[in-house]
Amino acid sequence: MEILVCARRVPDTSENEIQLNSAGNDIERDELVYSINEADNYAVEEALQIVARVGGTVTVATVGGEDDEEILRREMAMGANHGVLISDDAFAGSDGRGIATILKGLVQKGQYDLILTGIQAEDGGAQVGGMLAALLDYPFASLVNSIEVLDGKELKVSREIEGGNKEISEIDLPCVLSIQTGINEPRYVGMKGIRQVASLPIPTYGASDLGVDPSAVGEAGAKVKRVDYFVPALGKGAEILKGSREENVDKVLELVTAKGGLK
Amino acid sequence: MVDIQSASQMTSWLVAGRTLFLTIHILGVLFFAYIVAMRMVPLLRGQSDFRFDQPLVRMGRVLKFWLGQWKHPRYRTAGILHIFIFAGFITLAIRAFSVLIVGVSYNFVMPGLAGRAGPIYDIITDYAATIVFLCMLIAIIRRLVFKPARYAVPAKFGKAHTADAIFLLSLIAILMMADSLFAAAKAAAEQGQSVETLAAFSLPWILQRALASSSLSALGKFYFAGYLVHEITFYFLLCYRPFGIQFHVETSLFNVYFAKLDREILKPVRYGVSDEHLDQVKSFGVKTFTDFTWKHMLDFYSCADCGRCSDNCPANAVGRPLSPRFITIKARDYSFQHYPVVGHASNGTPLIGNKDSGSIYSDDEIWSCTTCGACEAECPMLIEYIDKIVDLRRGMVDDGNVPQSLQKPLKALESRGNPYGKMEKKKADWANTKEFQQTCPVKTIGKSNGGDTLYFVDSITSYDDRMQSIGRATAKILNHVGENFGILGAAERDSGHEVRRFGEETLFMALRDHNVEAIKASGVQRIVTADPHAYNALKHDYKDVPPVEHISQLISREARAGKIKFNPIENQNSVYAYHDPCYLGRHNQIYDDPRDVLDAIPGLKRVEMTRSRDRSFCCGGGGLMLFYEPKEDQRMGVKRVQMAAEAGANVMVTACPFCMVNIEDAIKVAGLEGKMTAIDLTELVDQQIARQGPDLKEEQAAEDKECVVASSNRLG
Repeated sequence: MEILVCARRVPDTSENEIQLNSAGNDIERDELVYSINEADNYAVEEALQIVARVGGTVTVATVGGEDDEEILRREMAMGANHGVLISDDAFAGSDGRGIATILKGLVQKGQYDLILTGIQAEDGGAQVGGMLAALLDYPFASLVNSIEVLDGKELKVSREIEGGNKEISEIDLPCVLSIQTGINEPRYVGMKGIRQVASLPIPTYGASDLGVDPSAVGEAGAKVKRVDYFVPALGKGAEILKGSREENVDKVLELVTAKGGLK
Repeated sequence: MVDIQSASQMTSWLVAGRTLFLTIHILGVLFFAYIVAMRMVPLLRGQSDFRFDQPLVRMGRVLKFWLGQWKHPRYRTAGILHIFIFAGFITLAIRAFSVLIVGVSYNFVMPGLAGRAGPIYDIITDYAATIVFLCMLIAIIRRLVFKPARYAVPAKFGKAHTADAIFLLSLIAILMMADSLFAAAKAAAEQGQSVETLAAFSLPWILQRALASSSLSALGKFYFAGYLVHEITFYFLLCYRPFGIQFHVETSLFNVYFAKLDREILKPVRYGVSDEHLDQVKSFGVKTFTDFTWKHMLDFYSCADCGRCSDNCPANAVGRPLSPRFITIKARDYSFQHYPVVGHASNGTPLIGNKDSGSIYSDDEIWSCTTCGACEAECPMLIEYIDKIVDLRRGMVDDGNVPQSLQKPLKALESRGNPYGKMEKKKADWANTKEFQQTCPVKTIGKSNGGDTLYFVDSITSYDDRMQSIGRATAKILNHVGENFGILGAAERDSGHEVRRFGEETLFMALRDHNVEAIKASGVQRIVTADPHAYNALKHDYKDVPPVEHISQLISREARAGKIKFNPIENQNSVYAYHDPCYLGRHNQIYDDPRDVLDAIPGLKRVEMTRSRDRSFCCGGGGLMLFYEPKEDQRMGVKRVQMAAEAGANVMVTACPFCMVNIEDAIKVAGLEGKMTAIDLTELVDQQIARQGPDLKEEQAAEDKECVVASSNRLG
C-alpha cells in the first residue's frame, strides 16, 4: 500500500514557554524549539505499521521551508521511505484551504492508496484533512484510532466518539484519514537514526512542480486571515484546598463527584 | 587375618581393571573436551571484549576473589560452607589426578609427594574429603529443610532448581565416599604392614575401621568398586557440569581472571571502535545472543545460581519484573538450547520481546534496572550486570523500542539539554533571585571571568524547585570556604549520566561533547558537584575534563582543615541515618567522607541502617528513572524509608538530589510524615555552619523563607 502522511513542524508545547510577540499578532518565535506535530507522528507510526503488515511504502510530506526538513528526516529515521518538502514563496500565508490545495497537487502527482494526517496541528484548526478529501473527492474519516486493512480495496477504521464510544466503519480506498493520538505507541527516534538518514535526498516541489495555481494559494488565495492572537486573562476557578489531608481528600471526592467525574 | 601378599593382591585387583579404567579415562576426557569445545562456539561468535591486559592485576584478583573467596563470607553460612568445599576441592585436585593415573599405572606417585610430603598430604586430603562430604550433607539439608528464600524460583522464571542442586551435591558426596572407600580398603588390607596411617576420625579412617574384619577378597572388591565408582562419578560430574550451574567449577577461574577491571567505566558500544567511528556501527547494543561479548557469555556459564544478586536487587525486592539472577540463568539456558552439544547452532531470535516467539526478556524487565550496582557488589564470581542491561537498552533504543514515558524527556534532552524541556536561559535562575545573590553571589563563568572551580549543577538541581535548595546550599558552602567558583549557566547541558545508562549513546555523546567544550572554554582548574550522577559522569564517562570532586569530599576536607566549623545540633531528639547514594557509594567508594562530615557536627546522633555502604538499598533511581513508570508492588524509596525507621532514625541524610526526590516522596507514601524528614548533606552543613558576623540570624531567616517558597512547586 502506498501511503502519504502529511505532517507539520510546530513549536513543541511541552518544551517552550509560549509568549506573545510585541506586536501581539503572533507568538515570540525566538528560542522556540520545534518538533513534529504530535498527532502527525502517530500517523507516520500507523503508516509504518500498516506497511509492515501488508507491504508498500510510506512518504511523508510537509508544506513549509528549509527548516521544516528536520521533521522529514526524523520521520525517515523512523522508517518512512521518502520525504517530500513542498516549498514555494507563493505558498506563504496559505490558509487551511490553501494548504489542502497544495497537498492535492502532490497527491495527484503520485499514486497513493491512503493519505493520513494528524487529527490536528497543535497550532492549527483540524481542517486540512477534511478539505483535502473534499478537493480530491475521496472518502474521509476523522478521529481514527485503529485501522485494519481488509482486502486492499477497503479499510475497517474505528473512530472515537465523544464520551469514549467507538464507531467502526468500512471505508473505500483511496481515502483520507485523520489520525487520533493514542492509536499506537510511536517508536523512538534517536540521534543516531537521524544521522543515518542525513544524506538521503529530499526533493523539494514548488507550485509549478505540483501544477498548483499560485494565485489560488498563499496570502493571495487565503480567505481566512488571522486578525488577533492573545492569551486570555486567567479567570477564577482554581480553588486551593487548605484543610488536612483527610479533609482535602473528602473535598476533592465531593467536587469530582459533583462535576460528574465519579458515579 | 591379613597375609603378607595383601599388597600385591590389592594391586592385582586394580591391574585387572586397567583396561576398563583406561577406556573410561579416554572416553571421559574426550567427552569433556568435546562438550567444552561446543560450549566455546557461542563465545567465538560473540563480540570482542578486550580482557587480556594487566596480567598481574588480574592474577591479584584471582588470588583475592577466586582463591581467597573474598565475597563469600558476605553470606555467613553459605559462604563458609562454600569456602570449605572450595578448599576441599583445591586440596583434593592433586589427589584426584594421581588416583586417576594410579588406575592405569599402579605405582604412580605424584611428583613432589614421593618423600615425606606424601603422608602429610594424604592426611590433609583424608580430612578434606571428609569436610567436603559433610558440607554436601549440610548443603542438602539446607536445600531440603531450611530452603533459603533466595534459592526459590518464582513461577514466571520456571521450575525450582532444587532437584538438580541435590543431584549434584549427592554426586559429590558419592565421589568423596568412593574416594574414601578406595583409600580405606587399601589401608585395611595393608594393616600392620605400612607405616602410613589414615587421618584419625576422617571418613577413610571410619571406613577402614568398618572394613577391618572383612576378608582380603572382600576388601579387594571394595577397593575395586571404590575406584570404579570414583572414576565413573568423577567423569560423569566432569561431563555433566557444563550443562548446569556447576560449570562454574571449571569457568570461575577464567571468569574472575577476565573480569572487568574498570567497573566504573561503562562498556563502550563496541570494544575497539572509537566514538568517531561509531557511525559506522550499523546496529547498537544487544539484540540477539551473539551481540553479547564472549566475556558476558562466560558470565552466563559461570553463574552458580546462588541468588545473591537478586537477594540484593532493589528492583526485585519491590516486585519489578527484574531479577538479575534470571537475566543470567535465562541467557545461559538460551545459549544451551541454541548452541547444543549435539545438533546445529541457531541464533537470531530477538532476546527481548514476545515469550512465545522465543524471546527471553521483556521490555519492562530491562527498563526496571536502576543500575545501582547492588548485584555486582555481591556476586562472588564478579559477574557483570550493568553493562549487559545498558547493552540491551542500547539495542532497544536502536530499534525505537522506548516507553512513551521516556520519549518525551529524551526528546527534551535533545532539543533543550534537560529532561524537563525547560528553557536553557533559565538554568541559572536558582541562583539569580535578588535576595540570594546579595548573600551569596554565584557568577556564570564566561570567557572573561573564569573562576578556579566550576560548580556543575546539572538539570534537576537547576530546575526542580525543591532541589534548587541543594544548589543554593552548595553555593553557600563553596562561598564560605572561599572557593573562587562559578557555574556554566545556560551553557551547561544535562550530564547525560542516565541518558547513557538508558542506552541512548548518541544523545549522550552530544550532551557530553557540548559540556566538555563548555568546561574547557571556561578554563577552570577543577570541578565540584553535589549530584553523584553528574559526579560519576564527569569522572568516568567524560574525558579530558579537570579533576572532579563531590561536595561531600570538599566539605570533609575543609572541615578537617578547620575551615568549616559547625554549630551543635539543637534538637536533641533528632537521630540521623546516612543513606549512601549508589553513585557516590557503590560506584565511587565514597562512604566515609559524608559520614565524617556528619560526625564532625557536635551533638549529632547518627545510626547506621543495616543496609549501608556497599549494601545500600537504592532509593528508586535517578535521572530518567524518575520518568519511567515501572510495574511494581511498592516503591523502593518506601522500603528504604522503613529501613531508616527500623534503625531508629528520624532524619535521613542523603547526598544526591534524586535520592531526595524519592525519599521525600516515599516518606509521604509510607505515611511517615512528621515522623521522618529528609535533608541533603549540603543543606544540613549549610544549616549548621558556624558563620562569623553579626548578620547571621537575618541571613538565615531570609533563606528559610526562600526555602518555603521554593518547595511549594515541584517538577513532575
